Amino acid sequence: MKYKSVFDIIGPVMVGPSSSHTAGAARIGRAARNLFGREPAWAEIHLYGSFAKTYKGHGTDVAIVGGLLDYDTDDQRMGKSIQTAEKKGMKVSFHEDEAATEHPNTARVKIGDAEGDLELVGISIGGGKAEITELNGFELHLSGNHPAILVMHNDRHGAIASVTQILAKHEINIGRMEVSRKDIGKEALMVIEVDQNVEDKVMQELENASHILQLSKIVD
Amino acid sequence: MFRNAAELVEIAENENIKISEVMIRQEMDVKDKTREEVFAQMETNLSVMEKAVEEGLQGVKSHSGLTGGDAVLLQKYLQEKQPLSGELLLDAVSKAVATNEVNAAMGTICATPTAGSAGCVPGTLFAVKNRLHPTREEMIRYLFTAGAFGFVVANNASISGAAGGCQAEVGSAAAMAAAAIVEMAGGTPQQSADAFAITLKNMLGLVCDPVAGLVEVPCVKRNAAGASNAIVSADMALAGVTSRIPCDEVIGAMYRIGRAMPSAHRETAEGGLAATPTGRALEAKIYGIPMKKE
Repeated sequence: MKYKSVFDIIGPVMVGPSSSHTAGAARIGRAARNLFGREPAWAEIHLYGSFAKTYKGHGTDVAIVGGLLDYDTDDQRMGKSIQTAEKKGMKVSFHEDEAATEHPNTARVKIGDAEGDLELVGISIGGGKAEITELNGFELHLSGNHPAILVMHNDRHGAIASVTQILAKHEINIGRMEVSRKDIGKEALMVIEVDQNVEDKVMQELENASHILQLSKIVD
Repeated sequence: MFRNAAELVEIAENENIKISEVMIRQEMDVKDKTREEVFAQMETNLSVMEKAVEEGLQGVKSHSGLTGGDAVLLQKYLQEKQPLSGELLLDAVSKAVATNEVNAAMGTICATPTAGSAGCVPGTLFAVKNRLHPTREEMIRYLFTAGAFGFVVANNASISGAAGGCQAEVGSAAAMAAAAIVEMAGGTPQQSADAFAITLKNMLGLVCDPVAGLVEVPCVKRNAAGASNAIVSADMALAGVTSRIPCDEVIGAMYRIGRAMPSAHRETAEGGLAATPTGRALEAKIYGIPMKKE
């Protein structure tokens, strides 16, 4: 079931005008920001399908940038997000892409700064709900509605066990888990949806576990 | 967890509880929350809806200038004349319009189930309120009942105009409102399902064709039509009229029609009203661009 809560239907409380093109888009931007872990210095945003055709009318561009600034869907500052980003020196560009995508409301968000970058693909599935379908070339299914940790690791035996053992030790329950890899023995990505936000000290411990390359988290 | 409307009605009938109660219990279970917490969250949403209606009735204008002020005209007409369609109906229409005018003006609203279709549920609620005089709890229950049916549509079909056309947005919203009106008026769970089915049947095939890609023309007025459709269907179900095609099959039909819809009619602003000469002229004027050639 795609929708689990009545508040996915009666809600969210949001700044208009479109739940899929404004609120859902803001959530895609915010997921990127959360995963990146800090405010990016630049953003390159590619829009597909209905997003590409109507983004100016719906404020999809304004909403994604609002999300990158860590605004929630009902944040009154949303309308001025692009000016705010400009003032902060964030370089933002938008590209209308002709490529066909599986979902009509698809955005590819590339963000970064001097330290690093991140690329994700998000879809807005209606009523303000969004999903992340790709991260740095890995396919995944992340709702962004639960706290989650994403772990880049080397595809070696014991890598998954070392992570789940640390979570078990701190009594963190795993709600859903997904592992994908580029090739046997190469880089892999673990997506772990959990019931409560993961504290920094647990994150540090995970970082030191064997075969772990990079960590990020989504906070509820 | 109920997966479709038949299961939703069955649970309500077997346990002798209202649709709203089935939804409340499921939410408590899924989110591991208390009844008070779930009610408090819905109360917040109800307050947002109330404020949006008030704001819209004061008169707002969107940035494009395409919409705004019609809710004021309707309320003035209601006070000065005898509306042919009836006071309750036109009151609901004015409040649905008020909500969507606020949405178009980038004001704060509660998506029910989407922003573009946010007028139907609160529009009908605040009009029916003046006739049935519900308690605050009953008003909150109205939203849970609407949400229960919306939950079924969202999981079995779609509530996105880009995926399924306007039938999936305003169609779903109007049908959700109809089911909620029936419960508030004392109807049975099955009558709620019938009201839902009758409303959605009359919205099947509705395309999403917003002028200039804005959630304004025709979205605001479609919420007016959705609200009136909901009230008429609720009255039919309360009178004992049933839907020959069961609720879940109507939802299935809506899903398949949405899949068969060309992308020009699914929120791309490439067909329908968006592609009329006036639609194109408005688009060119708003964005200050040369007119697209058809």
